[in-house]
Amino acid sequence: MSDFIQTSPARSLQNAAQDHFIAAEAPWSGLVRKGQTIRIEDSYGQQAIDTLFYRADDFSERYSNQDTMRMQGAAYIGIGTKIMSNEGNVMLTMTADSCGRHDTSAGACSCESNTVRFGHGTKYLHACRDNFVLEVSKHGMGKRDIVPNINFFMNVPIKPNGEMTIVDGISAPGDYVELIAEMDVLCVISNCPQINNPCNGFDPTPIRVLIWDGED
Amino acid sequence: MMHVRRSPEEIAANRARYEEHQKKGLEFAPKALPGPSPLPAPVIEAAAIIHQEIVPGGWYWSSKLLRGEAIRIDQGEGNSTVALVAWNAEDTSERINLVDTAKVQWTTALGKGRVIFSDMGRVMFSMIEDSSGAHDCLMGGSTAASNAAKYPGEKTRNTRDNLILAAVKLGLDKRDIPGILNLFAPVRLAEAGGFAWQGKRTNSGDYVELRAEMDMLVAFSNCPHPLDPDPTYQPKRVVITRYKAAIPAADDLCRTATAEAVRGFENNALMQA
Ligand SMILES: [Zn+2]
Repeated sequence: MSDFIQTSPARSLQNAAQDHFIAAEAPWSGLVRKGQTIRIEDSYGQQAIDTLFYRADDFSERYSNQDTMRMQGAAYIGIGTKIMSNEGNVMLTMTADSCGRHDTSAGACSCESNTVRFGHGTKYLHACRDNFVLEVSKHGMGKRDIVPNINFFMNVPIKPNGEMTIVDGISAPGDYVELIAEMDVLCVISNCPQINNPCNGFDPTPIRVLIWDGED
Repeated sequence: MMHVRRSPEEIAANRARYEEHQKKGLEFAPKALPGPSPLPAPVIEAAAIIHQEIVPGGWYWSSKLLRGEAIRIDQGEGNSTVALVAWNAEDTSERINLVDTAKVQWTTALGKGRVIFSDMGRVMFSMIEDSSGAHDCLMGGSTAASNAAKYPGEKTRNTRDNLILAAVKLGLDKRDIPGILNLFAPVRLAEAGGFAWQGKRTNSGDYVELRAEMDMLVAFSNCPHPLDPDPTYQPKRVVITRYKAAIPAADDLCRTATAEAVRGFENNALMQA
């Protein structure tokens, strides 16, 4: 794990409102209030972090990968990207990114899609969709509420001919993204357990989530 | 906090397996697929037709579609983009999943011979015919806001509202609307990730035929794609024909062209046993 990186005078480990260690393969969820900044840190590098957002007071409004791609006119997520909801509202804005490559076209791994991609022998491996189902069920939601997510630090180049493949992530230990919440949101994370493709360097690792209050 | 890493041997074995799948998916599978279906579209035998409907520009439509039936979406005389979503009729929590569809087939370019997956690793549709090869599974459809920005001062219908109407009339709600497949939308991606509309100006006469591989509810919206270069809102009617498809042969293209489709249909067989 790397040292703390201070992106603003107001952000230190000491004054973080929340500091979460998320074990390899584990899910997590938490509330991010409007004006707060959430940092998602790829502590060991080359770790895909599957992430969803729901409006805190109305879960029927949630992250939409298609609206996000359409609004910014591009397939990849980066600094300045507005994270859009299915209602066309900005949920968060990405304010910092030390990595430069994040995906929102390839979705989460699942036991079921693993059988199709990698063979029926991979069915009984822990997968992001199961993490998501367990985590959203704590908030009264079900499988129908799981929508296509963001994969922070996952490298999925799409060629002009449509070719899509997951290749080695470019994130180094300690790489992070920061997003400022534009509304109160529930953040749901699956720290991806996939070992059949390079999204985690074939070796899932722990991550860290920090949240700071707004600076006024 | 210490993290115990997997052994270099385990990692090397998994990487080798991935690269083998990747090679099949990126190199061999595309060669197994044919080009676009020829035009004009062949006539569907009258006896096979279950239902036919003309959907005016700007409107929506939905139907039940049973396993073994197919649906032809025909551009008719004009250009149009048809947004499609679908649910398993027996359990609507299972629905069309475009991120899985692209990822497991190693491509966002869907066309004749490809299949469309649900979130449960099962095949919902086989693309048995497709004359355009120009579809978009990334950008989603128009909304009231996107139409207002593009066609200021005009009263227009949009895909988001159309699909809410269709879903609610099927007893579902807006939480159930999955990502949208845009048929007849020649969207291409630049290396840097930006989108461009790179098609023929119109797709007049183009058609797609989708064979249902499970019993489904399907919904369509017939509105201009957000990137459609026409500054005027003038979506054209499309003709949708639901018909009894031929029974797939053992060497059926969509069921055999790729290793991923083969395994997807094995998952379907478990459900249908
Ligand atoms: Zn995963």
